[in-house]
Amino acid sequence: MVEDRPFLNFLAHAVLILGVVVVAFPVYLALIASTHTAQAFSSGVIPLLPGAEMANNYMTMLGTGMSSSGAPPLGGMMLNSLIMALIISLGKIVISITSAFAIVYFRFPFRNLAFWAIFVTLMLPVEVRIVPTFKVVADLGMLNSYAGLSVPLIASATATFLFRQVFLTIPDEMLEAARIDGAGPMKFFRDILIPLSRTNIAALFVILFIYGWNQYLWPLLITTDDRFYTVVAGIKRMAEVADAVPQWNFVMAAVMLAMLPPVLVVIFMQRLFVKGLTETEK
Amino acid sequence: MATITLENVGKTYPGGAAAVQGINIAIQDGEFLVLVGPSGCGKSTLLRMVAGLETITEGTVRIGDRVVNQVEPADRDIAMVFQNYALYPHMSVRQNLAYGLKNRGTPAAEITRRVDEAADILEIRPYLDRKPRALSGGQRQRVAMGRAIVREPAAFLFDEPLSNLDAKLRVTMRGEIRLLQRRLGTTSIYVTHDQMEAMTLADRLVVLNGGRIEQIGAPLEVYRRPASAFVAAFIGSPAMNLLNATLDNGRLRIGSASLPADVAGSGAVTLGIRPEDLRRTAGRADALHMSVDYVEELGATRLVHGRLEGQKLVCTLSADSTLGDMLALEADAGALHLFDAGTGARIN
Repeated sequence: MVEDRPFLNFLAHAVLILGVVVVAFPVYLALIASTHTAQAFSSGVIPLLPGAEMANNYMTMLGTGMSSSGAPPLGGMMLNSLIMALIISLGKIVISITSAFAIVYFRFPFRNLAFWAIFVTLMLPVEVRIVPTFKVVADLGMLNSYAGLSVPLIASATATFLFRQVFLTIPDEMLEAARIDGAGPMKFFRDILIPLSRTNIAALFVILFIYGWNQYLWPLLITTDDRFYTVVAGIKRMAEVADAVPQWNFVMAAVMLAMLPPVLVVIFMQRLFVKGLTETEK
Repeated sequence: MATITLENVGKTYPGGAAAVQGINIAIQDGEFLVLVGPSGCGKSTLLRMVAGLETITEGTVRIGDRVVNQVEPADRDIAMVFQNYALYPHMSVRQNLAYGLKNRGTPAAEITRRVDEAADILEIRPYLDRKPRALSGGQRQRVAMGRAIVREPAAFLFDEPLSNLDAKLRVTMRGEIRLLQRRLGTTSIYVTHDQMEAMTLADRLVVLNGGRIEQIGAPLEVYRRPASAFVAAFIGSPAMNLLNATLDNGRLRIGSASLPADVAGSGAVTLGIRPEDLRRTAGRADALHMSVDYVEELGATRLVHGRLEGQKLVCTLSADSTLGDMLALEADAGALHLFDAGTGARIN
């Protein structure tokens, strides 16, 4: 805003602070809960200040897990989540950048049909096609495997569309100059297109990593072996205990740990991420 | 070094629209040929056909003795300079220059030698390690030319390389391109819509209109004897006056005014007179009387806009002349260009 009026400044900040509080307070509560004993949260008064059990809670979750609810130690689950998120995000990027390359730079029969077929899949998220997808994955013997966790989620219309838009902003002369410079299609792809989409790839990686990490329904459905449990689906198993009070201190410690990797990815890739979303110069 | 020969070259798009047709040009070794015409006349299409970026639907294009119709752009031994430079933004200037050579498997030492040599010629050595975005328009233009030079190609193709520069820089770069081409002696084809650029650069001009050649010739020849009314109006600045006139047994009539003509026959014609060929006269009986509308001062000269028998007329006069509401003008018989009123073809 150009005006400098104290009241408007105050109002703007009040709205922003309120927004931050609304979003951050539950996270804060989770953090507090993870530092108390199991009893503190079921006693009726929710504590708002940190307790003394922090080290104990986190060490328990990382080391032994919650045997009472059948959850393995968090370390293994987080590793599974990491592997799944990485396969999904890298797989999506590789597949979508190559298909966008084909759609933008090659003339072949039914090119538009191919593009629209990819586009239409946007309307069919995993949740909608979950039963047939499960059937296919089960028939292929991919239940309880990293491939089963990630492959069905790899095809991505959104990323293909995004790369298509990026490629369309690259002037045709760039391709022509490369052709005159003796670069074939794959060389052009490797030497020109990929470096030029670097920031977009980074931005997409951040979004897709979080998407992959946060997968809940699909891992819950196809993993029955605790060696392949992922952390987000695992939290659900911890909170759902029969004939006992949920141990919120442990659950919240798991939540905080599960939040850590996506936060780290965002923090470390923030610069590239913002550049990828805003940079226009090609 | 090579000749480039276009024989009956044409391009028809799948929809049936013809971009260029029946083009015959023989470009000599080391010649600087300029293709000029208004936008949409097919000049860029023609250049891109020589480059191999557009398919050729009719005729043959030869570079040297080789027919290149089906040859990939990279194998045609040409280099092209684009209007928006098309530098690779993520590579340094040095990498930009070296990229084409690297793709051809030129040895590293040879690449370094050629890049340094081109950088010296174009005086871009201080910028070799910068990215294109850190360069000004003129510097980018030099890098784009450098990318062409390092290849040591048989021909340079320029596609309106100066139109993204400001007016002053354009004049400077124009001179540099001419000098460079002379020095290297490389056959060049240059596309522009700017007739001034065309006149100053060309060994020979090709004026295109509607996908066909209107005239081929040396700049002065085209200026002095335009082959059609289109060329007459396109080449020269300010543009040639074109007046509706009637040829009547050795006299040209423009309304009630008349001039002697050295052409026999009669009928409607288009009379062309360059503004700079008109001069003031006193007491001549058959002077052309022009009413003055407004004057543009150019410093050394002034452009007087007005009407002759209701038709628009411009003349260039020296800046110290005093003007009234009416001017009496005359022109030499040799400065009158007569064109067929229907086809626009030259008559005299």
